[in-house]
Amino acid sequence: MKYFHLIWASLFRRKTRTILTLVSIVAAFLLFGLLDAVRDSFAQAGHSAAGVQRLQTGSRLSFIQTLPQALGAQIETVPGVKAVAYANWFGGAYQDPHKQVFTFAVSPNYLDMYPEIEISPEQHKAFDETPTGAVAGEVIAKRYGWKIGDKIPLQSQIFPNKEGSKNWSFDLVGILRAKDRKSGGFFDGLFLLHWRNFDETTPYNRGTVGWYVTRVADVNQADRVAKAIDALSANSDHETKTQTEQAATASWMKQLVDIGLLVGSIMGAVFFTLLLLTGNTMMQAVRERTSEIAVLRTIGFSSVSVLGMVLAESVLLLLLGGLVGLGLVSVLAPVITEASGRVVNLPSVGASSWILGLGLMLAIGLLVGALPAWRAMRLNVVAALAAG
Amino acid sequence: MTALVEIRNVSKVYTRGTQKVEVLHHIDLDIASGDFLALMGPSGSGKTTLLNLIGGLDSPTEGSVTVAGQRIDKLGQGALSKWRASNVGFIFQVYNLLPMLSAQKNVELPLLLTKFGAAQRRKNAAIALQLVGLADRATHRPTELSGGQQQRVAIARAIVSDPMLLVCDEPTGDLDRQSAEDVLRLLQTLNRDHGKTIVMVTHDPKAAEYARHTLHLDKGTLVEAAQAA
Ligand SMILES: Nc1ncnc2c1ncn2[C@@H]1O[C@H](COP(=O)(O)OP(=O)(O)OP(=O)(O)O)[C@@H](O)[C@H]1O
Ligand SMILES: [Mg+2]
Repeated sequence: MKYFHLIWASLFRRKTRTILTLVSIVAAFLLFGLLDAVRDSFAQAGHSAAGVQRLQTGSRLSFIQTLPQALGAQIETVPGVKAVAYANWFGGAYQDPHKQVFTFAVSPNYLDMYPEIEISPEQHKAFDETPTGAVAGEVIAKRYGWKIGDKIPLQSQIFPNKEGSKNWSFDLVGILRAKDRKSGGFFDGLFLLHWRNFDETTPYNRGTVGWYVTRVADVNQADRVAKAIDALSANSDHETKTQTEQAATASWMKQLVDIGLLVGSIMGAVFFTLLLLTGNTMMQAVRERTSEIAVLRTIGFSSVSVLGMVLAESVLLLLLGGLVGLGLVSVLAPVITEASGRVVNLPSVGASSWILGLGLMLAIGLLVGALPAWRAMRLNVVAALAAG
Repeated sequence: MTALVEIRNVSKVYTRGTQKVEVLHHIDLDIASGDFLALMGPSGSGKTTLLNLIGGLDSPTEGSVTVAGQRIDKLGQGALSKWRASNVGFIFQVYNLLPMLSAQKNVELPLLLTKFGAAQRRKNAAIALQLVGLADRATHRPTELSGGQQQRVAIARAIVSDPMLLVCDEPTGDLDRQSAEDVLRLLQTLNRDHGKTIVMVTHDPKAAEYARHTLHLDKGTLVEAAQAA
């Protein structure tokens, strides 16, 4: 540590070059922080503690295929099942078809299956008692300026009502919010309607269900229960596929985009460029310091301590840039999220991103410092002094 | 006086590719403790090479170098570094100060290798700067000092850890007359009043006059020593 001022002074020997290099390191880690947080929040989706207790049952064929409503009563008889709810995709859009709203028609006990959703008891009661009632997630309500008591016109992409029109209207009686803000993106954008209102109004649904949600009594029995549920419909015209919610979400997301691979390849390219850039900076920095290193060695600094100082300088460079970059993400993410009225939901940097980021800083620093440090260590002091 | 430095039958061969060049030929030399020796000779005669062997920067191909009773030619690279840190101060023609550090911090450098704490390092460096007459320039960077001042900072750095031996390679080679005299008088003071043994390579006969003895090196061999003072 008593060498620190020496390492620091060496690092800023050429201020402009070091600052330019730092800026690119900051930029790389800023990008890393944002992308890794996004990747992390995707990985977290459906990862809640309550999520592992829930199974989702859908058609084995495709997720637009429906299941008979009678299946629900059969699922309830499977040992280990505690409660069964069901829902269907409504396909709602607000004002114009591009403004999609995640709208589900849900069974009366649906909200009880999701303890991670927060709704006041009065609003919950109002939802139960209002046949044309609906509840909306906090974020979507804010985005469109909906307030409790408003009539919300939604256009279904799929289902007409009794009059044959696809324009429906619902009374907003409650606002949902996720208890855990971090994984709450999904719930905060939901719009839920009554199953009965939906099923009785549209002539198209006819007692079919989009998917079942089952809560199991014992998490360790989830696999067995899932198999037993699927066995109910084996060899029928509506074979099912039952997965934990976590697995269902993961496979559903994978169909959209393999976010891990995407983030991985972008960051691979960014860090490769960073490696070349900082590597070049460090090589130059050490080359132009040859005579100074020779002087240090003459004074009595060992070759190992010279090696250590160059490596430390390189790691320090990466740590400075990397910590500022990740720090900026931590500061900016919540600011951007709030400023956009939570429309853009930028997750902040999680512990795993910090650990991975620190690991990368150390690894890149050591990698980039290795060659110049080796050269500094092997320097021929006598020849370097003679060269001036 | 007892010999501080004993050089016995020392040869140095440099290998350039397949070519071997013997730069020093079977040198025998004793340097007494408290001596101030000037080493003169034509360019390429091996003065720097000999000085580097005395200061433990390089090892001989043949023969022995003993300083204060210790065979330094037998020491490995790491041990030699440690030995230099506590026994020798180096002064070069180019002042070789670290440009990004103040005079004070430059002088403190050798003390980083000691057990001294920060306060003690500051104090000792201040004393060394005082001794070379630059106490008022402690916070200046090398670029803010004249050549003579920079060389005096380098001398302060060489003496700060109180080595018994100072080796100087053309310490006045880049300086004007007046600055050169200042530096030479300073070396003389260090020799006379502080008991430092000094070996100084120089081309300048006037500079050699400040020394107690002068030796001449020619084509790698010591020739008849001219006795001074
Ligand atoms: N590292 C080295 N490799 C090969 N040859 C060397 C090396 N260092 C010095 N020499 C050769 O050894 C000889 C003596 O060099 P040295 O530097 O000791 O001379 P010098 O007396 O100090 O000369 P000058 O007065 O010019 O400084 C020269 O011919 C030089 O070319
Ligand atoms: Mg020389």
